[in-house]
Amino acid sequence: MRKIEVIQNILEANESIATQNQCLLDKHKVFAINIMSSPGAGKTSLILQTIAKLKNKLRIAVVEGDVASTLDAERVKNEAVAVVQITTRYMSENCTLIANMISHALQSLPLKDIDLLLIENVGNLICPSEFILGEHKRVVISSLPEGDDKPTKYPMIFADADAVVINKIDFLPYVDFDIPSFRNALVSLNPRVKIFEVSCKTGMGIENWCSWLLNEIKANSQKLI
Amino acid sequence: MHELGITESIVNIALDKAKEVQASKITKINLVIGELSGFVPDCIQFYFDFLSKDSIAEGASLHFELAPAQFRCRSCSTVFCPQNTIWTCPKCQSQSVEIAGGRELYIESIEAK
Repeated sequence: MRKIEVIQNILEANESIATQNQCLLDKHKVFAINIMSSPGAGKTSLILQTIAKLKNKLRIAVVEGDVASTLDAERVKNEAVAVVQITTRYMSENCTLIANMISHALQSLPLKDIDLLLIENVGNLICPSEFILGEHKRVVISSLPEGDDKPTKYPMIFADADAVVINKIDFLPYVDFDIPSFRNALVSLNPRVKIFEVSCKTGMGIENWCSWLLNEIKANSQKLI
Repeated sequence: MHELGITESIVNIALDKAKEVQASKITKINLVIGELSGFVPDCIQFYFDFLSKDSIAEGASLHFELAPAQFRCRSCSTVFCPQNTIWTCPKCQSQSVEIAGGRELYIESIEAK
């Protein structure tokens, strides 16, 4: 009997496919964001608001990840340049999106006609934090009805986020969501995160979110030249 | 059920390594899993028994070393284990921290004949 040292990251295969995805996106100058949240926090609503605000400036495509159904793809298909639905229930490997699924999705998207790719991950605050997809920015949505303790309960997903969108801000009079305490926990873990307070229902705050997105897209395209 | 994909990777890495060192049987796989990672050891074991069938890893036991959640203070670099929801640095009371441990997910070693 002998012991053989291995020391190998189990997620390495996923990470190498994610790197290939990002190379392909960069080659076609497509900026990709991975949108993560619990179910019902407003991922599809944020995508719809973002498209409504930016469709005159950018050509936007969407990848919809869901465990079952094509409801979200139906909601965005008339708004986006292209939509790919990934139904993870039929995938043997995973319930959340992984780099390999995005690699397949990229093959069916007209990349040369796209400026921005919005990837809607499966509603979950644990699994998506483990798998990078090749995205340029990671965005987490937290909504007021969920409560203000999410960064404390799910530190990994919040520690890696480039931006956090606090959605359903119009619920503030009706729920006990302490915005300063949410912000404190979040910033204590992730001091460089950008935080946006929005309501996808009323459109409040969407302007700020979209200007950040435009700036990031510009910064990335300058980096590529 | 994201353990299935992970377990597939574990089996592949272990089999590759065994082939590299010309082992004929894998008896044990030592894994390090962070407390913050969302992976459930029992679940990995369940899929492992299924995926390793008819390979030289069949019947191997999986040993999980659980790496605790640890934070590092961004002000004084003290590393500490967070107490429930209190993330204040025990040394300088700063509340600015980064995750220093608890997200591990790797194969440390295999034992083989």
